[in-house]
Parts: sequence; C-alpha cells; structure tokens
Amino acid sequence: MTSAAPAGSLLTATGLHKAYGSTPALDGASFSIHPGEVVAVMGPSGSGKSTLLHCLAGIVTPDSGLITYDNRNLSAMADRERSALRRSDFGFVFQFGQLVPELTCVENVALPLRLNGAKRKDAERTALSWLERLEVDTVAAQRPGEVSGGQGQRVAVARALAPNPRVIFADEPTGALDSLNGERVMELLTDAARSTNAAVVLVTHEARVAAYSDREVVVRDGKSRDLTLEFTG
Amino acid sequence: MSISHTLLGLLEAGPRHGYDLKRTFDEKFGHDRPLAYGQVYATMSRLLKNGLVEVDGTESGNGPDRKTYAITDAGITDVEQWLASPEKPEPYLQSTLYTKVVLALLTDRPAGQLLDTQRAEHLRLMRNLTDRKRRGDLADQLICDHALFHLEADLRWLELTAARLERLAAEVRR
Repeated sequence: MTSAAPAGSLLTATGLHKAYGSTPALDGASFSIHPGEVVAVMGPSGSGKSTLLHCLAGIVTPDSGLITYDNRNLSAMADRERSALRRSDFGFVFQFGQLVPELTCVENVALPLRLNGAKRKDAERTALSWLERLEVDTVAAQRPGEVSGGQGQRVAVARALAPNPRVIFADEPTGALDSLNGERVMELLTDAARSTNAAVVLVTHEARVAAYSDREVVVRDGKSRDLTLEFTG
Repeated sequence: MSISHTLLGLLEAGPRHGYDLKRTFDEKFGHDRPLAYGQVYATMSRLLKNGLVEVDGTESGNGPDRKTYAITDAGITDVEQWLASPEKPEPYLQSTLYTKVVLALLTDRPAGQLLDTQRAEHLRLMRNLTDRKRRGDLADQLICDHALFHLEADLRWLELTAARLERLAAEVRR
C-alpha cells in the first residue's frame, strides 16, 4: 500500500475508508496519479475499485481519509464546488456510454462544453473535431440508438475529452465491446489523453485493457496496493 | 519447475531422508510424473556440496544406511529468493507457479504477495507487447496478440488462485 503521495501528483488519496451500511467497500485505500499518466485500477468484482474511482472523482464522499486534487482538499469542498470541478476538470467514460438518447452524437459531445458556457456553434465545432479524432465523425448527425456499440463508446470518449479535462475517469470503458473495438477505443483514449497531458484513472478487470496503462494499482478487500511504487521505492 | 528448490522447500518443515522427500514430492507435485530416486539423490548431493543442506543423521536398518538431510540457513535464504523472484512470463508456466504457491503456503510465506508480484511481471510484459503492437504492422500485431492471449490466460489463473488461497491453504496443510 502506498503511504506518502509521490511529488508532482495531480490527484492523491490516502487512508480512504468507506462503508455501505455494515459492508466495508474501502478499508484504507491509497492512490496517486500524475498528469499524463494512465493508471489501471484492477481487482476482482466487489473489491472496491469502483468505489475508489467514485471517491476520487468526488461523486462519493469517503467516511474518512484525504483526497487531494491539485493541492486542494476534495473532501472539504462543498457539493456545489465539487460539481463545478467535475464539469470543468474531470471527464467520465462508463461501460455503457450513457449518452443522452434524444440528442445527436455531435450534440452529446458538445453538451459538456455548452454546460461550461460555450456557444452552440463553437461547442459543436470542437465536438466535431473530437468525433473526427475518434474516427466517428460519420455518425455526428445520428442519435445514439442508431449507432453501433463501438461507435457509441467512441462518442462517449469524445464527450469526455472535449472539455480538455485534466483527469479522465474510465470505468470498464470496453466492458461491452468486442476485442477489436475495445482495443481501438483504448488506443484512441490513451493516445488522446497523453497528447493533452490528461491523467486517466482506468478501472478494469481485463489484463489486456490494463496493458494500455503505465502502471497498475490492485484493489483487494478494499485495500489498494501500488506494486510499481513499491518496486521503485 | 526447479526440483532442487522444491525439495529444499519441503525440508523446511524438518529433516527427512531421501525416500521421504520423494514420497512427499510425488504426493504434492508429482501427480502423473513421479520423481526418480536417482534424481532425488543427485539433487541432494548437489545441494550438500553447495552448503544448502547438511546431513542431520544416519538411520541404520537392514538395507544400506539412510542419510537424513536438513536445510541450512543458506538453503532457507535460497528458497526465500526463489519464491520472491517472479518467473519470466511465458506460456505453460502453471506447474512452476502452482509449486511456488503451494510451497509458500506450506512454509507460511505470503502466497498472495507472490501472486501479486507475478501479476506485475506479467503486466509489464503485456505492456511491452501492447506498445510493440501499436507501433508495428499487422504481422507484429498478430504475433503480439498470440503472446498477449497466453499471458492473459495466466493472469486469469493468478486471479482465480488468489481468490482460492484460503481453500488451497487448508487442503495442502492437511
């Protein structure tokens, strides 16, 4: 388990505890990530890896422990402040894209930019450039229900990347895709994140997906173990 | 699988003579491939020469005298180092990994840590292959994919074994 966060970390967590009723989900978990780094969070089902991601993203408040983002105490922020931070600095990719079904793909990608105050035309221009980069500009005018699973997931990645987030949280982003589509999504996601110096917290139970990361953190029984940091001291 | 390390590990429980070692080895790890007597004695004489075991006593009976071997401190260190070093990831590692896990459990060492260390080594190689695949042509991709699928199978085995450690510990210590 990591103790002190390494210098230059963008997002760190130490000694996180979280229980749902009498069931402990996190039991002293720690984590750290640098800008531009891709860290895989691995572990069996029910080990606490998704809870760790939700705590790091400020979606779930831990019972105890410290989360620091860009030298700010995330746990001490008011809900409104945390929501604003999620919109401006964080991007999310889930297992099932969770796109808004009533909007077209380009409108979906433009949505976070619009929420951050961008004008429709500017937001859609940026959104389209991200759809091109993710190789799905051909489905820009279609609704999520009209595109394949692989295309929908690329649209979801484009939506996460469009506001230039500093951290991308990806929870089993290829879980619903076949091998070929899953690999392409991982290539595009990690290439784009590295080129914009965004950090990626990648929750996965698949080793082939984790192999796109720079290092892995293993969560077991609510405790995290960062083997790379242990090896390098 | 390293037979000498396995025999050394078995000696950690207490001194034994060659026949005893062979019987325990066959029971725990031999399954369809029992160890030959000659191999046990050749291994013990090499370990003796290298100072990893010592002769603890000699039993006299009707037949030839039987030496009892005990592990030395250097032998314990040798087993420790073997268990702590990850195996080079390659297909069909299971028998060595299985032996290491069982020996760790038998000698009260942290078997979960051994599995984590091995997982990290496997993932390190998988990262290299994934990187090569990204930069390579289709032939490279296919060759890397083959290796990646084998490594992934090993990793699944590591995961499942980690989840079954308590049960395995109870069985091997019976």
